Amino acid sequence: MPTFVYMTRCDGCGQCVDICPSDIMHIDKTLRRAYNIEPNMCWECYSCVKACPHHAIDVRGYADFAPLGHSVRVHRDEEKGTIAWRIKFRNGKTDMELLAPITTKPWGEGIPQLSSEAAPSKDMVDSELLFNEPKYVRMDEGGLHTLESNGLTLKEGVYY
Amino acid sequence: MFNTNPFSELTALISPEVMQGYIILMAILVFLGTVLDMMHKKSAKYFFENAEKAKKDAKRSVGTGEKAGIAVATLANEVLTSGEFCNMKRRLSHLLTMYGFIIFVVATALMIFGVDTSSGTLPMLWHIGAVMLCLGGYWFWFFIRVDVAAEGTKWYHLVRADIFIVSLFTTATFALIWSYLQSSGSGAVADMGWTTLFFAFFIVSNTTLFASVLWSKFAHMFFKPAAAMQKRIAKADGSNLNLPSDFDLTDPAVQARFPDIPEYMGKNPADMGPGIRRESPNHY
Repeated sequence: MPTFVYMTRCDGCGQCVDICPSDIMHIDKTLRRAYNIEPNMCWECYSCVKACPHHAIDVRGYADFAPLGHSVRVHRDEEKGTIAWRIKFRNGKTDMELLAPITTKPWGEGIPQLSSEAAPSKDMVDSELLFNEPKYVRMDEGGLHTLESNGLTLKEGVYY
Repeated sequence: MFNTNPFSELTALISPEVMQGYIILMAILVFLGTVLDMMHKKSAKYFFENAEKAKKDAKRSVGTGEKAGIAVATLANEVLTSGEFCNMKRRLSHLLTMYGFIIFVVATALMIFGVDTSSGTLPMLWHIGAVMLCLGGYWFWFFIRVDVAAEGTKWYHLVRADIFIVSLFTTATFALIWSYLQSSGSGAVADMGWTTLFFAFFIVSNTTLFASVLWSKFAHMFFKPAAAMQKRIAKADGSNLNLPSDFDLTDPAVQARFPDIPEYMGKNPADMGPGIRRESPNHY
């Protein structure tokens, strides 16, 4: 379900407006606080929730993982490299905390410098491979990366 | 200009009693506006209901001594130094506007209620307050305002949220122009010339500022400190607005509880950089 903003916590800094991939977080014309202008178009990517420096944005989670009336809150801690979640059921008794590593690259790294790349040859343009393949899928390091090639095994349950 | 009390010359046209009455009327309007604002938005009801809910979720009780400590911390951080702002520019602009406003209003009231201004300190403070208000206000209006910085709105596009800031900086600007015209010999307010016009503008913007509390964000100076204090108490009593705990990754108990972290990230996961704070939000 879509995001919503606690108006008393928002300071109207515009970080959510900046990060929203759907461009649906906007600043209210009367109160100068952020709000979701088109909840139907929100795909719950949680970008704004994690980006908000005041934890002023929340998402009502779907009823398929917690009965309605619950609270799902998240804190992305770049310094520690973790994302912490807390899911609390409406009865207050089921209160779960989860901690997961940030699996993306550090913010601002990994931006392709396309202007410094050489222009593709005709062969490359005609080829079925996309830009920088196979380098970007890491096939040139000896085949696809698999659990096995990385010395890992499949475990039961949800994990990283 | 800076050392003269602009209100002393005004007494030729308006008696000090009328000016004092105006100040009292403005104070009453602020009080009424704040009460009506609270009733209309039900903010006080929401605030206390929320505080009650947080109390139920509390993991430990916060004593009176600790609460006093939190109040002092809130006063020092959120109230006096605008510590809630993550963006340094916004914080500086807010500090300029806030202290400018306080100095300006207090100096106005003291001068009108007949405090001796012969030393020139009060008029000087009045002018400094107005200049600070202008600096902070215009900086915010042209560059920092989120509609302009993040939403791509043009600076001249006015919405209802602008009542407060616009009436603030126009009050200070017209006050400075009026004071300059009066001291530079362009005539007194009673002469019905340019000085009178800018004095009238000053009074109109000032009245708008204090009479529009119900529609503007003027009341934030009363409820923001309360909300900041409540936020700190929620952190202290463990309810923490239902946010996750602050885990210490070097703690073996945490490592045992969340084995994925040490397994895939090592005992000390990498610093992922400043994150969203790396750049200011202006990519609209």
